[in-house]
Amino acid sequence: MSAFAHLPSVSGQPPPVARPGRHRLLPYLLLLPGAAWLFLFFALPLVQLATASLYDPNDTLSTGYTMTWAFGNYPAALQAYWPQFGRSFLYAGSALVLALLMGYPLAYAIACKAGRWKNLLLVCVVAPMFTSFLVRTLAWKTILSDNGWVVGLLRDVHLLGPDGRLLATPVAVVLGLTYNFLPFLVLPLYANLERLDHRLLEASRDLYANAWQTFRRVTLPLSMPGLIAGTLLFFIPATGDYINAELLGTPNEYMIGNVIDSAFLVRLDYPQGAALSLLLMAATLAVVFGCLRRAGAEELL
Amino acid sequence: MSIWRWLARHWVMGLALLVLGYLFLPIAVVAALSVNRPAHRLSYDFHEFTFDNWRNPCATSEMCEAVLRSVQIGFVATVVATTLGTLMAFALARHRFRGRSGLNVLIFLPMAAPELVMGTSLLALFVAGGVPLGFWAIVVAHVMFCLSFVVVTVKARLAGMDRRLEEAAMDLYASEWQTFRRITLPLVLPGIVAAALLAFSLSFDDFIITNFNSGTTVTFPMYVWGAAQRGIPPQVNVIGTAMFLIALLLVLTSTLRGRRLRNP
Repeated sequence: MSAFAHLPSVSGQPPPVARPGRHRLLPYLLLLPGAAWLFLFFALPLVQLATASLYDPNDTLSTGYTMTWAFGNYPAALQAYWPQFGRSFLYAGSALVLALLMGYPLAYAIACKAGRWKNLLLVCVVAPMFTSFLVRTLAWKTILSDNGWVVGLLRDVHLLGPDGRLLATPVAVVLGLTYNFLPFLVLPLYANLERLDHRLLEASRDLYANAWQTFRRVTLPLSMPGLIAGTLLFFIPATGDYINAELLGTPNEYMIGNVIDSAFLVRLDYPQGAALSLLLMAATLAVVFGCLRRAGAEELL
Repeated sequence: MSIWRWLARHWVMGLALLVLGYLFLPIAVVAALSVNRPAHRLSYDFHEFTFDNWRNPCATSEMCEAVLRSVQIGFVATVVATTLGTLMAFALARHRFRGRSGLNVLIFLPMAAPELVMGTSLLALFVAGGVPLGFWAIVVAHVMFCLSFVVVTVKARLAGMDRRLEEAAMDLYASEWQTFRRITLPLVLPGIVAAALLAFSLSFDDFIITNFNSGTTVTFPMYVWGAAQRGIPPQVNVIGTAMFLIALLLVLTSTLRGRRLRNP
């Protein structure tokens, strides 16, 4: 402070000048605790996970693990569990297609057609997430149960055989995934469509494009950043989910998450669980960066 | 106007309302099951109307302990994450410093990384470091994944703020502290509150990361997970419905208040 004592002051009050000495350090002080937390409990654990994935696969948690740089854990894990891996991407992909078919009209209607009901409808999109994820998923168990009205209706119109069922089938798991992550797809898409310049739509119509052509050539390309952000926010948690597969499916529908969960918590096979986790991370990152490159990273971050 | 013209104009909205119906279907089921007396323990079908579940929600004391524990964890995690996240948001929105892009990646990644990977990697770290699993391990994990969401929410509020108001305060001889206390903080507060509510709901509802780091501690989602095998008590649906109603009430009052502030 004394360094600034010679500065002229107006009517005895200190002038509102920045004190550069303190201000240069201030941002670092503000950032330090949060950044340290993220480093210690997000970045560092990933390093530990990578380390654990290379431990000797014959060790157990009770004997303690030794580092043997066992890169063979990766191909071994992939070979043992490729069906679950494939299923994760297949189910999440199918759910994504369903979610896009439902989410796009919803986001479009809220952004462009809702008028003064916009905020209310937005609350309605988020509101189902207020209830616990697991409780919602268990509700689907009731809806899809063998003596519920959905199965009854489908049997009556012969879409399902007389003893056909939905619960404990891949259909139930895909429906559950679609349901649980749909809002994550709708919200970014809505945010994008809301900024849509309607003069461009008018211009398209003035140039004799019909409604479909306008959508295909103007609205859809313009909404691509929102579409990609929504796809990522949907697809990443959906591939890593195992709650739907566990509650709505059977071991025949198990996804990679079920395997990782049991590797860490039941079989206590940390090297294998860690290898599978990192394979999932790598596959997810490949999808993310593929999408980011298409969309241009700037618009998403 | 012919019916076809009407359909052509409104079919998107009709479709949207159908999708919203789909989103609310399970909520309706949860609410219905909360006033249901199930025929037997493993039955998830509607049997008989009763208010008993609402009258004594703690019939299964295990469940209420789990709810209480989730609230405690959510509270501590929210306070820590909101504090640290708000400080970071101020630094990011208001200051120039080195390593900004690296920090942005560090903040963005926890929102993009699969929960499974975060859960398992923390477990690997805790086990390797000899850190006991349980209440505090869960709190540490929850602060970690809530932090990024707090930063993004508060930063958005700061970015939308009119800097001229602070300049005006300074011109009127308010000190930096006075300006912060009387102008900046009240203007950012809605963002901080929104971030805190978001953090609490993320923490309260988290299953995957908690499942890996809980040891023998049981949170509400973990209780539901365990009980799903044995048949869940109908009181779980009471908690589910109550959560929905409380959150809806909060959101609606804040929306209405926001509207009144904008057009008095």
